[in-house]
Amino acid sequence: MKTLNDLETGERALIYKISTNGSMRQRFLDIGLIENTVVECVCKSPSGDPKAFLIRGAVIAIRSEDCRDIFIKEAN
Amino acid sequence: MGLTFNSTGNNASKTELIINKKSDKDKIIAVAGNPNVGKSTLFNALTGMHQHTGNWPGKTVTNAQGYCKTKSFSYVLVDIPGTYSLLAHSPEEEVARNFICFGKPDAIVVVCDATCLERNLNLVLQTLEISKKVIVCVNLLDEAKRKGIEIDLEALSKKLGVPVVGTVARNKKSLNSLLKSLDNIDNSERNVYSVRYPDIIEQAINIIEPVIKKKANNKLNSRWLSLQLLEPDASLLFEIEKYLGADFLSDKEITKATQNAKDFLYKEGVRAGRIKDMITSATVISAENISKGIIKARSNGYNKTDRKIDKILTSRLFGYPVMILLLALVFWITITGANYISECLSALFGTVENYLRSFLTTLDTPIWIKSLIVDGIYRVPAWVISVMLPPMAIFFPLFTLLEDAGYLPRVAFNLDKPFKRCRSCGKQALTMCMGFGCNAAGVVGCRIIDSPRERMLGIITNSLVPCNGRFPAIISIISMFFITLGAKFSDIISALILTAVILLGVFMTFASTKLLSHTVLKGMPSSYTLEMPPYRRPQLGQVLVRSIFDRTLFVLGRSVTVAIPAGIIIWLMANITVSDKTLLAYGAEILDPIAKPLGLDGVILIAFILGFPANEIVVPIILMAYLQNGSLTELSSLSAMKEVLVANGWNTLTAVNTVIFFLFHWPCSTTVLTVKKETGSTKWALFSAAFPTAIGVMLCLITTLIYRVMN
Repeated sequence: MKTLNDLETGERALIYKISTNGSMRQRFLDIGLIENTVVECVCKSPSGDPKAFLIRGAVIAIRSEDCRDIFIKEAN
Repeated sequence: MGLTFNSTGNNASKTELIINKKSDKDKIIAVAGNPNVGKSTLFNALTGMHQHTGNWPGKTVTNAQGYCKTKSFSYVLVDIPGTYSLLAHSPEEEVARNFICFGKPDAIVVVCDATCLERNLNLVLQTLEISKKVIVCVNLLDEAKRKGIEIDLEALSKKLGVPVVGTVARNKKSLNSLLKSLDNIDNSERNVYSVRYPDIIEQAINIIEPVIKKKANNKLNSRWLSLQLLEPDASLLFEIEKYLGADFLSDKEITKATQNAKDFLYKEGVRAGRIKDMITSATVISAENISKGIIKARSNGYNKTDRKIDKILTSRLFGYPVMILLLALVFWITITGANYISECLSALFGTVENYLRSFLTTLDTPIWIKSLIVDGIYRVPAWVISVMLPPMAIFFPLFTLLEDAGYLPRVAFNLDKPFKRCRSCGKQALTMCMGFGCNAAGVVGCRIIDSPRERMLGIITNSLVPCNGRFPAIISIISMFFITLGAKFSDIISALILTAVILLGVFMTFASTKLLSHTVLKGMPSSYTLEMPPYRRPQLGQVLVRSIFDRTLFVLGRSVTVAIPAGIIIWLMANITVSDKTLLAYGAEILDPIAKPLGLDGVILIAFILGFPANEIVVPIILMAYLQNGSLTELSSLSAMKEVLVANGWNTLTAVNTVIFFLFHWPCSTTVLTVKKETGSTKWALFSAAFPTAIGVMLCLITTLIYRVMN
């Protein structure tokens, strides 16, 4: 199963599932990362981590260890 | 039910806002919104900017409030910390939630970013569940227009059932409609939009709500409260009990209804921990549906230009160099500009000093009192102002400019990885940069760091980078001892040495963060998300006012209050003589045995101690002691100064170690006081002073040892 980490700059996908719990899960939901939300990776920091994603019109940086918990599926 | 919430005195004070009404008729208006929506700008425009103090990068302090008047009413506006949702998970979000839920505001203005309205609607919908007296303010309409986004405000207002006003914060006229809506808030009948949750949740709400309605006496919205009780969080329960009375939640009927609802959900297959998911998802989907047809966008808020700029500013190739260049540019402008203004200011203060002296002479004041007043009480604060004010007055606006334009979040983005390696986060990069301007400001800036452990790391390590108050001394020592004055390329060489000194400070910040993360502040880096707002054209006027009033004068005020008593002490030490020696000389003698192994001398050490109120007066105290003057001394040229220092035994080692000690010793009194205020703990304040000192002592011992072995 692919996660946000597998998304390269310029690629889009749909959110499939968030597997983390607690406050991080709530934060993801608050910024609108729910099932079937479109995400696009817009840039990486110089070291490649974190990456920035376009989520519902806002650009939000997420670290690779958190991206690992966000599963994606292909956007049609 | 686990209804206890462990609230320390400190925690409690941090989650509450204290409102000062000017008169009883004042209406309280809460100004809420997501982070980075221009909320503070709007707030300032409404209240007259000078009333708003305490804005730091990205965050609003806990009790920012201002006043504003219309023909019909007077208002107290309360600026609430930016938050994405009312399901709080950080201290700032708790403050926001608590005020909206329990602060009894007469109205709530939810400020939204027009360039990303859909996401902002989440907060609007959550707020509407609590209060009907909501005004939605769609801000940054001009930015949205520039990005090809059009919003049908009327349709939005119809759908939400509350007034919606569009604003352009930099245009004061656009605020009139907001004020009009505020004035009419009590007069309008509302059919407010309410989020429809999945059927099982609705059924569960229906089990609790009738009981709540009976018991809560309309003090809180019963639907909202019922929803919260389905999956409560401890801190919210604590607040509810505080608000509705300690026995409210232990009421038999309520506990029974809550239990029934929970049992029902369990039977339907909804597991604990998933209820909030369903609630939040329903809100997000509602926001999405509302936006359809209301937002017409040719592109989304993050447009091509932003993309291009980000590609460069965060690229592997240019990311770091651009950052360093910008920081260097800021320093260069600050130092060059400050020199000039400082000279003017000290000339001005010198003139005033002469007047003061002759005025006191006409009053026949005894000589010693005259000297105490002029050389102690007057000169020390005057000195502090003339050397401290100019660099801050230049640095802070420049820094705020970068912040306003949207560059600073990119710095946090770029530097997240290195800081994560030290088990902290990229936001510490911002507080560190802020520390270059003023460590006290840097310490306050640590509020932007969400995790308490990482915030403490940021606070403790902040003084490891030299602030504006230490730069001039470090620069002059470098110029005197490490380069040939006036020689070719001497400017460039001294700039390089200065860079090395700064890098040493940055290196120590990383090393200490890592060390502390493995020892006293043990822990792993917390997860976090960082919003990177679209680039905006900075608003110069706002930037100036905010940085001067909020940052510069705040810091200056704190320093001057300490500088006055310090002036008296310094004067007494330099002027009271016991058997032909001043107290200062005695002090230096006593400290000499401690200072020598550090490659310093007693005078330098006592100057650092007396310079506690402001690092700027350390060098003047050193000169005062060497020349046996009774007041702070400045020499006209660096070469004259070098002569004095060398005559008093300074060599390369003394110079190196003084620079090291300048870099790593106890922070100034303002910073230590600020640490105490921010952490609420004397212990941590003392630690923040002891920690850099320990580093400085250790480095000085090492360099002295090396020097002795080599010679």
